[in-house]
Amino acid sequence: MDETVPISVTVNGVTVDRRVEPRQTLVDFLRYGLELTGSHVGCEQGVCGACTVRVDGAIVRGCLMLAVQCDGSRVETIEGVAGSGAAGTGEVFDLQQAFAQENALQCGFCTPGMLLTAQDLLARKPGASSQDIREALSGNYCRCTGYHAIVEAVRKTAESRGRT
Amino acid sequence: MTAIEKGRSYIGESVVRPQTKRLLAGRGVFTDDVTLPRMLHVAFVRSPHAHARIVSIDAAGARALPGVVAVVTGEDMAPVCSGWVGTLAHFQGMKSAMQRPLATGKASWQGEPVAAVVAESRALAEDGVSAVRVEWEPLPAVTDPERALDPLTPVIHPELGDNLAFTLELSSGDVEAAFKGADAVVTDTFTMGRHTGVTLEARAILADFDPSERRLTVYHSFQAPNMMQDILAHHLGLPEQDVRVICKDVGGSFGIKVHIYPDEMATCALSVMLGRPVKFTADRLESFVSDIHAREHRVKAELAVKRDGTILGMRVDDLTGIGPYSVYPRTSAVEGNQTIRLTPGVYRFRDYAASLRVVFQNKTPMCQYRAVGHPIAFAVMEAMVDRAARGLGLDPVDVRRKNYVTAEMYPHTSQTGYFFERLSHEEALDKLLEISGYRALCAERDQLRKQGIHRGLGLCAFIELTTPGPAFYGVGGARISSQDGCTIKLEPSGKLTCMTGVTEQGQGTDTMIAQVVASAVGLAMEDVRVLTGDTMVSPYGGGTWASRGAGIGGEAALQTGKAIRGNILKVAAAILQCEPEDLDIRLGKIVDLLTGEVRLELGELGRIAYFRPDTLPKDFQSELTVTRHYVPRHQGFAFTNGIQLSHVEVDVETGFVRLLKHWCVEDCGRVINPRLVDEQLRGAIVQGIGAALYEHLVYDEQGQLLTGTMMDYLVPMAAEMPEIVVGHVETPTAYAEGGFKGAGEAGTAGAPGAVLNAVNDALAPFGARVTSQPITPEVVLKALGAL
Repeated sequence: MDETVPISVTVNGVTVDRRVEPRQTLVDFLRYGLELTGSHVGCEQGVCGACTVRVDGAIVRGCLMLAVQCDGSRVETIEGVAGSGAAGTGEVFDLQQAFAQENALQCGFCTPGMLLTAQDLLARKPGASSQDIREALSGNYCRCTGYHAIVEAVRKTAESRGRT
Repeated sequence: MTAIEKGRSYIGESVVRPQTKRLLAGRGVFTDDVTLPRMLHVAFVRSPHAHARIVSIDAAGARALPGVVAVVTGEDMAPVCSGWVGTLAHFQGMKSAMQRPLATGKASWQGEPVAAVVAESRALAEDGVSAVRVEWEPLPAVTDPERALDPLTPVIHPELGDNLAFTLELSSGDVEAAFKGADAVVTDTFTMGRHTGVTLEARAILADFDPSERRLTVYHSFQAPNMMQDILAHHLGLPEQDVRVICKDVGGSFGIKVHIYPDEMATCALSVMLGRPVKFTADRLESFVSDIHAREHRVKAELAVKRDGTILGMRVDDLTGIGPYSVYPRTSAVEGNQTIRLTPGVYRFRDYAASLRVVFQNKTPMCQYRAVGHPIAFAVMEAMVDRAARGLGLDPVDVRRKNYVTAEMYPHTSQTGYFFERLSHEEALDKLLEISGYRALCAERDQLRKQGIHRGLGLCAFIELTTPGPAFYGVGGARISSQDGCTIKLEPSGKLTCMTGVTEQGQGTDTMIAQVVASAVGLAMEDVRVLTGDTMVSPYGGGTWASRGAGIGGEAALQTGKAIRGNILKVAAAILQCEPEDLDIRLGKIVDLLTGEVRLELGELGRIAYFRPDTLPKDFQSELTVTRHYVPRHQGFAFTNGIQLSHVEVDVETGFVRLLKHWCVEDCGRVINPRLVDEQLRGAIVQGIGAALYEHLVYDEQGQLLTGTMMDYLVPMAAEMPEIVVGHVETPTAYAEGGFKGAGEAGTAGAPGAVLNAVNDALAPFGARVTSQPITPEVVLKALGAL
């Protein structure tokens, strides 16, 4: 018995038409359905932020949203916002550079979610202070860095964006 | 021609990790990201009881589900994968029971896997798990370590006779005399909460057995690929060379991913049984009940002091519950062993007696997690020092300084037999006081107290065991390599490919190794590509644990770099018809040693050596792939040291502890990459802070885990964490040419003690103190008598 449901989603600018199980989460759809493995699964409860993606411009937990809920939506993942990582190839290029410079990632598992969350903060609050950054990132768990370098990387990016 | 006056050393430079680019672009490849043709997924039926007999397992319903390929029980798997016992011969008298990939007969902790369901997707496998009917006969659970040895307490493994896994007594000097001669004795009991590593990437393994060649390839989120290769070969009965373990990107490890887990062994056995790739990725709920736990200790301590603050002697009694099995192959005795051996090591007093009991219980198995034993040892020691100082009206800085093992005492052997080549407690303390402005903070604290603001400052001096030799595991019979190899190949283009036995989980191992190799050979860093974590390719080694990457892997890389440099110069001399001693390699070019004049490009050397060796002398053979190995031979461990300071504010109405700032000065010998060391320390400190304030695996009396989700088990998040300032003293080891020691665990070693002492400093005006971790608001309010 086929219980799958058709959906049409624009992912990183490309429209994809798929049939999905109603119970499949957005992040599982992205990872296993579309092989966009840059979004990670950490807790499946909306606590850790590793699965953070953007749906219609707003950041969401990919583990708390079902793929079927994204029918007709625009979804952006790390693969979409990061480009190749080279200058000018993605909207978070400067954040990527700052993260590398500050060593704001160790294992890198939280990093895609951190970048998307930081990008969201800087869009909403361009002059974010260290405390603003800590609060905005407080739903993104990082076990490696202790957060200090991540806060520095985001703060420096905010500063440099403010100058240009 | 141009001249290059001197070569470049990257040692001591904060080089940016080149490997972060792919992680920042979402192009990391973690184990769950790997997909193979015909791949299946496994989910496990886990015991819902802490202790229960398996009466029967009915898999018919699961087998009938669409997409379910197999349901396998412990009995089914026993012929394919042999069991194991987690003991080591050098822990005399240690015992543990036979453990199997899937429990047979009974389950001994809530979460122990008892059956496996293999299906076409993880979701279908989970559907299958729900359809397996297990009939259980619950047995009484042993949970409280204090009662584990009572005659009336059930024995978890009757064949062992009792619930005692290991016991140890240590004694140095004359502790009775020390206590008789004391002006004051302070006594306390510390309760350290069980917690775990919570790697953001859960444990994951993908096993791919090819029955035609009987070869097993395993993708594993793991720290020690050669150890896994050896164990898989042994327990699955495969030739070692036919087992390949590949560790791609690893999403955090911290000692969690260095042990043998039944579900991971079962996954490999299933691939052998089914002849298809089988993937297991733990979900967070099963991580909490199946990843190793750590640090459940009750420590009684007594400290004998003179009126002037001189420590005369100490007694320590440590009791720890490790779950129902000692974990294979490193054992679960190491944490307690290190706790009682490390406790007095910062100080010079000689009269010390300690006892340790390691007991079985029906909780998730405990084993080595980052900074094994250290956080307990130094929280206890440093809390006792502060308490003695406070009681005697002495300054905590002065009491430490008075009792340190001091500069003129090295080399020094500790009360418990640890050898210290040279440590730097006094310099580290001086530097800490300077960078933190400690005295001004004390004055501010005293001022604020008058306004009802309760801040505290807590010091924690520590030593860290790094760079272990074979005495750690090898002598006890564990096939865990303490030596590591490095292979460097000169590519025809004149660039280097380097393979190392130490592994990468985000520390920057590959960057550190590239810095050492580039400096030793004379190339630019970007011309060195480092590969780690593939047993088919890397030279044999131990991997990454016990802060061994720089001390062992770094030294092996240095020696290999020197060796290939010598070989490259021989080829250059043959081409240029001169002596190798007259040449040098600088920035990837062969230059004249004296003038720096460029004589030959390395790419040209490579072209001749690989493609036109006919133009070289007939008796000359170039050797442009070199392997060297290194093992520490002159000391058991390369100990490091440091001191941390925590500054907190305690809300005495709510019991909340707010972290204001944290400082750490540590000495890991010669620093290869200061930024990477600083970030190791910061991350490790935050793990220690998590233990001190938040993280707690709470069990009820029936052995049910009550905090088994990330909603209930609190981890440190960005908003609560303080700014962390790091300083260094550099005391290189003279036993290895590079002078490198380890740095990965120092932060976790000292942070819990510093936070504990800071909270107690804040509570001192109330005559209150806390002696248990995590220091939750409830603990603080109870100490204040408000609850």
